Amino acid sequence: MEIPYTVAERPDTGLYNGKLGIWLFLASEVMLFGGLFSSYILLRTGDPNWFKPELSVPMATLNTMVLITSSVTMVMSWASLRLQDFKKFRLFSAATFLLASTFMVIKALEYNTELSHHLYPSANNFMATYFTMTGLHGLHVLAGMVVIAYLWGPGSKMWKTEPERFTNRVEITGLYWHFVDLVWIFLFPALYLL
Amino acid sequence: MTTAHSPEDIKKETRVYILVFIALATLTMITVGISYLDLSTGPAVTLALFVALIKGSLVAAFFMHLISERKLIYAVLVFTVFFFLALIFLPLGSFLNQVAG
Repeated sequence: MEIPYTVAERPDTGLYNGKLGIWLFLASEVMLFGGLFSSYILLRTGDPNWFKPELSVPMATLNTMVLITSSVTMVMSWASLRLQDFKKFRLFSAATFLLASTFMVIKALEYNTELSHHLYPSANNFMATYFTMTGLHGLHVLAGMVVIAYLWGPGSKMWKTEPERFTNRVEITGLYWHFVDLVWIFLFPALYLL
Repeated sequence: MTTAHSPEDIKKETRVYILVFIALATLTMITVGISYLDLSTGPAVTLALFVALIKGSLVAAFFMHLISERKLIYAVLVFTVFFFLALIFLPLGSFLNQVAG
């Protein structure tokens, strides 16, 4: 039996299942990262010995630009499918994956610099929250990369049999990816600039 | 799916995506520039948050298509924002209950 409303919108909500599902999931993710932001604010305002070592603002700025660009390529990959251009979809989603990899490489270089200067999570409250928040964000980037790679590779078979359903899967992945970008948009000034 | 269906509509949307990207890149540079202004904590946080909110709104409105989304999604997000604000501001209430010394 086929699952209904994977493509057609439900008449009561006007949404297909995956769209509502991903937004509900993103709502839970807001609470996850919100809890960590709240902890950071509380620690920062409450710690009399708050010390923030100097982090690399240029590297983080570059990473911000990389992630924003990946958001554009992600939405362009979905738009390409809506224009029935499967080749452009593959190009843009490959670009998204490469940009995400670049983000992770830059993050790894940053972590390496910090750890080599003995700035471990145990060093102080700032480093603990920095590694926790950017680490969790990095795991989310990694998870997104897995999904994007799947849809670029074996998952793309669905384009031949159910193109609209495949387009919806790419749209949902895009929504998740933009959320990951959104979290970084707030993480960057909070941890690096303020 | 968003309401735009014709190829011309979709191409118009892609032009908007590029404009949003340019705006986001500019706002990122502005954010970094503001950090070099040596402002005190209050104005620095306010300004940084303001710029981040504009950037976040652009991503949400155009990349996530919230500008033309269904009512149920807006309803979900209203609840989310309410509980998010509670998560941020309620713990700060602990500062009202501090022991002297």
